[in-house]
Amino acid sequence: MACFIVPAAEAIVVTVAEKALEKKNSSAQVKLPAGEEKTEQVSKTGFVSKLKWLRNLLWGGCILLTFEHLWHGEIVPWFPFLTAAGDPVAKSEMLHEMATVGVTMAIVVTVAWIIMVAVSTAVEKKNAASKRAREK
Amino acid sequence: MTLLITVIAAAVCTVIWYKNAPDDKFKVSTLCFMFWGASLMWFVDAVFEYAELKAAYFTPAPEDMLNDTFLGLSVIALALVIWIAILLIKDPKKVLRKDK
Repeated sequence: MACFIVPAAEAIVVTVAEKALEKKNSSAQVKLPAGEEKTEQVSKTGFVSKLKWLRNLLWGGCILLTFEHLWHGEIVPWFPFLTAAGDPVAKSEMLHEMATVGVTMAIVVTVAWIIMVAVSTAVEKKNAASKRAREK
Repeated sequence: MTLLITVIAAAVCTVIWYKNAPDDKFKVSTLCFMFWGASLMWFVDAVFEYAELKAAYFTPAPEDMLNDTFLGLSVIALALVIWIAILLIKDPKKVLRKDK
């Protein structure tokens, strides 16, 4: 009915957080030692690019699910946009679906992202360790 | 059926992305994320539907299956259109925005 709204809300939060982190990282300045005035930019942390994975997963899924809801006539291009919102019984059913299916969708996508980040971090650490071993 | 078609599309896109990795000039990863995101969400939806319908979930009416197949193909078409729009906006080959 409107389960995609929960991951869409998470997608908005993730996008805002990602933009804020990106801004913070790009504006972060490092002062050089010995009183030098020249500053240099800090490179982006890997976390921001990993946060983009979650953003893309959530937005991608939400866009395609929105289309599915349009297909089934659960969303309309006029107010209140959700067909279930007009009827009190359907509305409570919709809210129940959002609380169960919607929340689970958001959790599953986030858990999948956490697994991706964990695997990627482990691979990066392994590569760095083997590089250090080769250099010695 | 929609879930099945989307998972197949996600797997195909991932193979194409992996073939060219780490180079992602044509933003195939965007398409992968879109399909995997939708697949995960529809998988959750399918689990809830299975919990409600039990075995009947696996024997849908032919009419529903046909509708779901059309929906799955339409979803792929929409994702491809979005991907092409992103590709043209980013223009990695600088075809549309040539530096003078």
